[in-house]
Amino acid sequence: MTDKTVKDTPSGKQDKKFDLRHIFEGSYSTLLPLLAIFTGLVIGAIVIAATDATVIAAWQNFFQAPGAALAATWTSIAVAYGALFGGSLGSPAEIFAGIQTYFSTGDSAAFMKAIYPITESLVTATPYIFAGLAVAVGFRCGLFNIGAEGQFFMGALGSVFVGYSFSSLPAIIHLPLALLGGIAAGALWGAVPGYLKAKFGAHEVVNTIMMNWIGFRLSDWLLNGPMKSPGFRPVTRNIAEAAELPHFFPDPLRLNWGFILALLVAWLIYWLLFKTTIGFEIRTVGANPDAAKYAGVNIVRNFVLAMVISGGLAGLSGASQVLGVDHWVGQGFSAGYGFDAIAIALLGKSHPLGVVLSALLFGVLRGGATRMQSLAGIPVDIISIIQGLVIVFVAAPDIIRWLYRIRPAEKHALQSRG
Amino acid sequence: MPVLELRGITKSFPGVLANQDINLTLEKGEIHALLGENGAGKTTLMNILYGLYRPNEGEILINDQKVDIEGPSDAIARGIGMVHQHFMLVPVMTVTENVMLGNETTRNGVFLDREKVSKRIREISDQYGLEVDPEAYIKDLPVGIQQRVEIIKVLYRQADILIFDEPTAVLTPQEVEGLIKIIRSLIASGKSLIFITHKLKEVLEVADRITVLRLGRVVGSAIPGQVDERKLAEMMVGREVNLVVDKQIAQPKEAVLEVKDLFVRDERDNPAINGLSFTVHSGEVMGVAGVQGNGQTELVYALTGLLRSASGSILLSGKDIHKSTPRQIIEQGVAHVPEDRQKHGLVLSFPLLDNMVLCTYYQPPFAKGVNMQEKIIIQNGVELVKQFDVRTPSVFVAASTLSGGNQQKVIVAREFSRPIKLLIASQPTRGLDVGSIEYIHGRIIEKRDEGTAVLVVSSELDEIIALSDRIAVMYRGRIVDILPAGATKEHLGLLMAGVKPEDIPESAKKKSAGPVEKVF
Repeated sequence: MTDKTVKDTPSGKQDKKFDLRHIFEGSYSTLLPLLAIFTGLVIGAIVIAATDATVIAAWQNFFQAPGAALAATWTSIAVAYGALFGGSLGSPAEIFAGIQTYFSTGDSAAFMKAIYPITESLVTATPYIFAGLAVAVGFRCGLFNIGAEGQFFMGALGSVFVGYSFSSLPAIIHLPLALLGGIAAGALWGAVPGYLKAKFGAHEVVNTIMMNWIGFRLSDWLLNGPMKSPGFRPVTRNIAEAAELPHFFPDPLRLNWGFILALLVAWLIYWLLFKTTIGFEIRTVGANPDAAKYAGVNIVRNFVLAMVISGGLAGLSGASQVLGVDHWVGQGFSAGYGFDAIAIALLGKSHPLGVVLSALLFGVLRGGATRMQSLAGIPVDIISIIQGLVIVFVAAPDIIRWLYRIRPAEKHALQSRG
Repeated sequence: MPVLELRGITKSFPGVLANQDINLTLEKGEIHALLGENGAGKTTLMNILYGLYRPNEGEILINDQKVDIEGPSDAIARGIGMVHQHFMLVPVMTVTENVMLGNETTRNGVFLDREKVSKRIREISDQYGLEVDPEAYIKDLPVGIQQRVEIIKVLYRQADILIFDEPTAVLTPQEVEGLIKIIRSLIASGKSLIFITHKLKEVLEVADRITVLRLGRVVGSAIPGQVDERKLAEMMVGREVNLVVDKQIAQPKEAVLEVKDLFVRDERDNPAINGLSFTVHSGEVMGVAGVQGNGQTELVYALTGLLRSASGSILLSGKDIHKSTPRQIIEQGVAHVPEDRQKHGLVLSFPLLDNMVLCTYYQPPFAKGVNMQEKIIIQNGVELVKQFDVRTPSVFVAASTLSGGNQQKVIVAREFSRPIKLLIASQPTRGLDVGSIEYIHGRIIEKRDEGTAVLVVSSELDEIIALSDRIAVMYRGRIVDILPAGATKEHLGLLMAGVKPEDIPESAKKKSAGPVEKVF
């Protein structure tokens, strides 16, 4: 029958108020994030060209030499993005040549050098994956966990504490223990706002922000007091070797098992959210708390549970950075992973696979930024601009629809039962 | 000369032809009813007229001028006004502020001129009998008055063609009468009206002309007086419709639900139920009648664990459940068709198959430990869709894409398909079309005959009379009387209005000749 897919969308009330779920569901296709990234890069290119002194000079003589102005613009952008992606992905030709050298001479140095950029991007992506998953789990339960940054910090401190406190444990015990230390500390930091929300209805956004500040100041105190290593600097001691996440390659390559662990955890979260009753409850509470209550789901328990899982993942993010890369913690340790994680979760539509892909993108952008600065003289801040633009476009997909003349889904018309 | 004419309007959505070659004219001073089931294309057509959709083909003429309506503000500028089914009002603002919203009258360019607007509102009120206090806050007004504000909004913008989208769906019988009076005074002053509905009785009472839509096409038109409800229902549904619920005399057995001295406070902590006792037996339908807001909602919430009762007892097969959680109550065999299907009944963003297991997802066979058994859940969804005749392209589409009637069928399928001993159905057919009502009523009686105890709460007296074996009338949080199935409408109506049982005149209790006809 033709009236099977009915025309009116009786989603009534839910369309009228702003709601988190609008960001990941409904008419929002996978095409839009890709276009958002593309548009962000295009606008980033314009900013790069417009702030380049050579380009500006060339444009001042536009009427005398229009070709030169365009060429200068093109060169500026090409050099910048060439450095950005060369610095984050490396050159395929060099990698190939490195492999050849290895097989013909047994010397792996060239290969290592060639893959260094891409491994660094993956190293940067690792904590992003964990932290992105943390925020995504919160979103799925209808919770906005702004506190991933604080939980990241606490996770780093928890794991570094376990890491340096024991000296003779075998790796098979010490490493998992240190990871658990990070998870537990992060989970605790997430549980507090979860409990406050469940018990007293206190809004999690406010509470997680407050928990961030408590975490930052607590870590300042710990790093200057109980956890301070001998010496002047406010840093901890190095962790025991048995607690390190093993590296795949010799130094200076830092790619480690943390990356594999991140992919495994992403799969685990996918399974949890979409294949288990636990995830079904979390998603039901997030999508419609009234229906969840009607169906007998314990909303309060799910709020706490989601915040504990979220905090644990953010803590694991901190732990992976400590145990896999830094091996110690100092003041100002995080590079804003917890805050970028919000952007990653949004871009990834709170789906574990989307989160992994967005985290990889962020890793590539961050990884190449330094090289872009040194080679092309473009400040790393341009990356923040591109990231910011991508998030704006993801959060406001109508801009992208308008830009690319994508026909909007005729969904937001009047609601009725006619 | 018609004030409005639609010629050959066709509108298709991916995979669906929502409107096909529709022709419609509206004469000046006419009430033209647009009748059709859910999903027949009434709303799509009106959204085209209001500029929200663009037709693929066809043209719109206003006063014989071909027009291209580009959006709601364009429609308003051309004198088309829409009174929405779901009110578009800001609760924390006053009537005046709501009316001027989007079209603010100012003094010196920046200061809101509330006086001028409220004076104009008073003029409109007087002219059309739309009594309303311009200074009142929307949140303090009952639904019927809120609707008047919507009408005033449209009139304030000087609309001549008014579209009423399901205007009676949210009103009590008394409010419906008030609305009909208002509509008459609008017509008397030269306005023209399109009245969208699926309620046959109203159409026959109000309309000058009726156009019936089915599956996106005009299947016929009629003039009241030349057709009856049965004929209209047939046109709407496309087959003969049984307007009377077919049922045998109930065979009540043991008591399933016993409520004693129940007191309940509502969500704002005001007393909502003040000492209420009744019993529902296996194999009978107990109807709860009453004007909305007399504690019916809270009664259902208390019985299903959504609201804690303050005192008293609720015995389910002899076991007290008044302190149990919703899950414990569900597990003891209570099914609940909730009053608000989009708020409580469904997770709109979830696919149908997940909504079909909303209350049982954690039980075998749907889950083994924490592992959800996807295959079985899909199979369950497919079977229920077939068994309960849910019109959907697949079980994987989100519940939000279905029409109201089909959404309700999803809930009914879920609640009726597990072993239950008590069924609580609150407004089970609110906003549904004839075909769906017939279907759901049939299923409820089927459950009764299987030996389930059934409690039906409805603000539609016709529905209560059609289904119930006994009727409890609620007034101000109490049951004022429980009447047998044959009670007259007049008798029930007086009780609902707060008349004491001992003061009911004998004449009101007498049944008029003929069987109780179920009307919509």
